[in-house]
Amino acid sequence: MSLSIGDVYKIARLARLGMTEQEAEEAHTQLLSIFSLIAEMQAVDTTGILPMSHAQDLTQRLREDVVTEKDQRELFQSTTSHIKNGLYLVPQVIE
Amino acid sequence: MINFSLLQLGDALRSKKISSVELTQLYLDRIAALNPELNAYITVNEEMTLAQARAADAQLKQGEGGALTGIPVAQKDIFCAAGWRTTCGSKMLSNFVSPYDAHVIEQFNRAGAVNLGKTNMDEFAMGSSNETSYFGIVKNPWNHKTVPGGSSGGSATAVAARLCAAATGTDTGGSIRQPAALCGISGLKPTYGVVSRYGMIAFASSLDQAGPMAHSAEDLALLLNVMAGFDERDSTSIKCETTDYAQDLSKPLSGLRIGLPKEFFAAGLGADVARAIEASIAEYRKLGATVVDVSLPNSRLSIPVYYVLAPAEASSNLSRFDGVRYGYRAPEYTNLADMYEKSRAQGFGEEVKRRIMIGTYVLSHGYYDAYYLQAQKIRRLIAQDFSDAFKQCDVIMGPTTPTTAFNLGEKGDDPVQMYLSDIYTIAVNLAGLPGMSIPAGLGDSGMPIGLQIIGNYFDEARMLNVAHQYQQVTDWHTRMPQHVKA
Repeated sequence: MSLSIGDVYKIARLARLGMTEQEAEEAHTQLLSIFSLIAEMQAVDTTGILPMSHAQDLTQRLREDVVTEKDQRELFQSTTSHIKNGLYLVPQVIE
Repeated sequence: MINFSLLQLGDALRSKKISSVELTQLYLDRIAALNPELNAYITVNEEMTLAQARAADAQLKQGEGGALTGIPVAQKDIFCAAGWRTTCGSKMLSNFVSPYDAHVIEQFNRAGAVNLGKTNMDEFAMGSSNETSYFGIVKNPWNHKTVPGGSSGGSATAVAARLCAAATGTDTGGSIRQPAALCGISGLKPTYGVVSRYGMIAFASSLDQAGPMAHSAEDLALLLNVMAGFDERDSTSIKCETTDYAQDLSKPLSGLRIGLPKEFFAAGLGADVARAIEASIAEYRKLGATVVDVSLPNSRLSIPVYYVLAPAEASSNLSRFDGVRYGYRAPEYTNLADMYEKSRAQGFGEEVKRRIMIGTYVLSHGYYDAYYLQAQKIRRLIAQDFSDAFKQCDVIMGPTTPTTAFNLGEKGDDPVQMYLSDIYTIAVNLAGLPGMSIPAGLGDSGMPIGLQIIGNYFDEARMLNVAHQYQQVTDWHTRMPQHVKA
């Protein structure tokens, strides 16, 4: 695999992680080293093997589509000070 | 008193030899004296803690309560606890006071246990040395120049230094067992799905599992009795018969078949660790166990597979930290995207960012099949190796870690070297099996060595039995670091 410095910027953008030039260069070196560790797994023949997403391979549990939570809006909004009239404040999105 | 088992503490409380407030104050005083150096706790709140102790005393006075009523337990700072600052070791949550309790916290509260404080940990549980915490490194009480292991390093140090009667941890790739081994305590990661993940801040959801950390297998059994149980709020919580994990502790081990995977004794294993593990196997033979050679041929792939799957799940789980509803928000920004990027860049530490980057890449268009899907397929091969091995044996044993505790700063600059320290523990998480570590000797440097015991699915009671019987004929689990003695 060949991960370029351009790829590093692209991943950082996708992950919404601001990154300086120096940080990107450091990340590039370390990611190359980590991906060389990961590369070992590429050579394994996995033809016919089903992917395993959970340890127990259980089916997803379902429940009735009814409201079970009580309204705790004020309590949950107490975790930030960026609140006005019960709404979260963010920079203007629509011009 | 600080060397009492949980059963002994429970007896002392019920027979009024000591009150919960007195016992709790004893630990709070020890924390005040030793924590400035060890840094095992991120948050201590005497007022809230003593209020719980007083409530426990009231219960005990009425002759009510259970095995853990009035006993001070330290909680890893990954568990949301109502009214408690819950940081997950991160600047991102450094001011987050949880509005609700995790299932594990609810269970301990219901049992009348006292929350002694929130223990230090690697940021978002990503690390093997407790050096990635925003709240500073934790020191190993056996030697302050060495790491306690991670990510539950604060809990391991707190138990080893007698700064709590017991503690909780979480284990995604070894984060209970590795610090337990390096600090000379006992720790158990249950079968995936046995303990609810509700309110436990998510790292890699298909691998994360909470478990107890304590001085002995007997203590672990009492703690697991409180922690385990079905919870509908965790979609992967498993409905199974209520088990008393202490029920089999005293069963004899004659006829027990121990599997030794040859891959766990190959190159890379420290000679002193190998000697200690061999000596403990010899002890098990004396107890009537037989030994069979087994093989886990795909276990060498567990690190590459883990470093695809865990970061992929982490990058998704950690996308919720955007500075909007809770957590750190950058002080200055120009627009919404800039707010996200600056809040996350400033709020997350280096290792967390590194894993988000890996995860984002392996899940991105064009790479998904080559990385994520391939890793999930090999995960099945790794799990299959274990089920083949369990056809020949009842438990699998080996070292928990390749070496005793390494020095602070030793592996900090090289993520790959750090990742390799979890070589024996990660495969167990990938397979979803229960695993534990118990003290099994001291290495050349006088530092603790851990014996790993891996069981089949839902076989925790047997593993605890196996560990307890060893602890009846050895005293490694009672050893304590010299300079923390009271």
